[in-house]
Amino acid sequence: MKVELIINGKKCIFDLEPNILLLNLLRDKMDLTGSKYGCGIGECGACTVLLDGEAVLACMILAVDVDGHNVDTIEGLAEGDKLHPIQEAYLEEDAIQCGFCTPGFIMSTTALLKENKDPSEAEIRNYLQGNICRCTGYVNIIKAVQNAAKRMNKK
Amino acid sequence: MSINNHNTHILPKFEYYSPKNIEEACKILSELPEDSKILAGGTDLIPKMKEGVLKPKNIINIKQIQGLSGIQEKDNCIIIGANTKIRDIEKNLIIQKKADILHQATKKIGSVQIRNIATIGGNICNASPAADGVAALIALNAEISIIGVKKKKTIKLEAFFKGPGKTILNKEEILTEIKFPVPEPGSYGYYCKLGRVSLDLATVSLAVQLKMVDEKVENIIIVSGSVAPTPLRLYNIENLCINKKITNDLIDEVAEKISREIKPISDTRASADYRYLAIKGLAKEAFSQILEKSRGTR
Ligand SMILES: Cc1cc2nc3c(=O)[nH]c(=O)nc-3n(C[C@H](O)[C@H](O)[C@H](O)COP(=O)(O)OP(=O)(O)OC[C@H]3O[C@@H](n4cnc5c(N)ncnc54)[C@H](O)[C@@H]3O)c2cc1C
Ligand code: FES
Ligand code: FES
Repeated sequence: MKVELIINGKKCIFDLEPNILLLNLLRDKMDLTGSKYGCGIGECGACTVLLDGEAVLACMILAVDVDGHNVDTIEGLAEGDKLHPIQEAYLEEDAIQCGFCTPGFIMSTTALLKENKDPSEAEIRNYLQGNICRCTGYVNIIKAVQNAAKRMNKK
Repeated sequence: MSINNHNTHILPKFEYYSPKNIEEACKILSELPEDSKILAGGTDLIPKMKEGVLKPKNIINIKQIQGLSGIQEKDNCIIIGANTKIRDIEKNLIIQKKADILHQATKKIGSVQIRNIATIGGNICNASPAADGVAALIALNAEISIIGVKKKKTIKLEAFFKGPGKTILNKEEILTEIKFPVPEPGSYGYYCKLGRVSLDLATVSLAVQLKMVDEKVENIIIVSGSVAPTPLRLYNIENLCINKKITNDLIDEVAEKISREIKPISDTRASADYRYLAIKGLAKEAFSQILEKSRGTR
C-alpha cells in the first residue's frame, strides 16, 4: 500500500504491508531509533510520538492508518546542534539515567506543555501517567518539566 | 537494526480494508468470512493480535468513514459518534457541564496516549465488563444505534452485552452512535473505580446517576463493572433508594446490601472476596460525594 507521511516535517512516501506498525516504520525503515520498543502493548509509553501534535503510542498504530498525517519524533525536536528547551531541562535536572524512557517522556512533555503552559506537580504527574521510568523515581522528571515550562515561558 | 523483526510483538499478516462510507463497510463485512475484525482505535484489538489471542485474516478500518465522530446536543439529547476519541469526550464542554459522570469515567481510562487513540465505540464493542465508559453511559440511560447491510436498529446499551467480549452484533453490523437524554436539573452523577495502578482496568467500579426532587431520590441508575460477566445494573439497590432522602443511614444500608447484588469471580486482578468488600467502599464514596455535591449547589 502506498502511504504518505510527514515525519518531522519531511514528506516521506512508502510502500507498506498493512501489518507494519508505525513504530517499526520509524525504527526499521527510517532509522529513527529514538522511539523505543518497550512493552509493545500500550503500558510503558517508551514509544510515544506526536500524531498531528497529540501524544500517541507508535507500538499500537498501523502505519497505513496514519496515511496523510504528521508524525513527530524525538529526532525532530532539536534544531541542528541546538537542543530543544525540554531536552536541555531534562539534562539540567538529571532526569535521565539509562535513558530508555526519555524520548517517550520528552514527547509527552512536549504535548503537555502545548496544552498547559504552567502545569502544577499534580497535573504533570497525572499527564505523564502513561510513561514508566524504572530508574529515576520520577522526582527529577517532574523538576525537568517545571524547568522546561519556565524556559519556554521566558521565550 | 532489524532486531524488532525477531520480536514477538510483530503483527501477523492480514488483508486490510479502509471503506469510505458505512454502506461500503457493511457490504465488505457481510462478504468477508467470520475471522474479520473492525479496527477503530485498535487499543484493544492490536494488543490481542500481538498476544495471539485474536488472529483476524481481515481488518476493516472504520476511521475513514465520514460522520462517525463528534459530539452534539440535539432535542434535549446528547449524541456521540462511535469513532469519537475518548480524549475528545473527556475535554468536551457539553459533557463536562451536562454529563459529568461520563467526563469522570473517561478521565480514568488508560493514559493520555491511550485516550488520544481509543474510541468510545471500541470501549463498548470490546465488551469488557470493566469498561469505564460503558458503566457511565448505562448510568446515563444511553441507547446505541447499529447499522447493518439493510437495516438500522436502536437498543438500550445495557441490552447489548452477552458476556465478556460478546455482544449481540452480527458480523456485518457496525455501532454508529450513542445517545442519551440530557440529565434534568437536580441530577448528580459519580463514577469511581479501583485498580492497582492508574493505567489498570477496574478491579471493581461503580457508577451512580440520580435525580433529586425536594432532597428525595426521584430516579436513579446504579451500574457496577468487573463484578459480573457484563456491566451490571443493581436494580434492588436502585429501588431501595427511590423516594428516600440520602442520609448517612441510607448510605450505610446501601453499603450493607450492595454486596449481595453482585456476582464476581476471582481472576488475575482480584479475588471475588475482595470485590464483595470493595464494592461497599465504592458505594459509600459515591453516595457521600453525591450528597456533598447536592448540598454544594443548593
Ligand atoms: C494500556 C491500556 C490501558 C487501558 N486502560 C483502560 C481503562 O482504564 N479503562 C477502560 O475502559 N479501557 C481501558 N483500555 C482498553 C481500551 O483502551 C478501551 O476499551 C478503548 O476504548 C477501546 O477503543 P478502541 O477504539 O481502541 O477499540 P478497538 O481496539 O479498535 O476495538 C475494540 C473492539 O471493538 C470492535 N469495534 C470497535 N469499534 C466498533 C464499531 N463502531 N462497531 C462495531 N465494532 C467495533 C473491534 O472490532 C474490536 O473487537 C486500556 C487499554 C490499554 C492498551
Ligand atoms: S512500547 Fe508502546 S507503550 Fe510500551
Ligand atoms: S531513565 Fe531508565 S527507565 Fe527512565
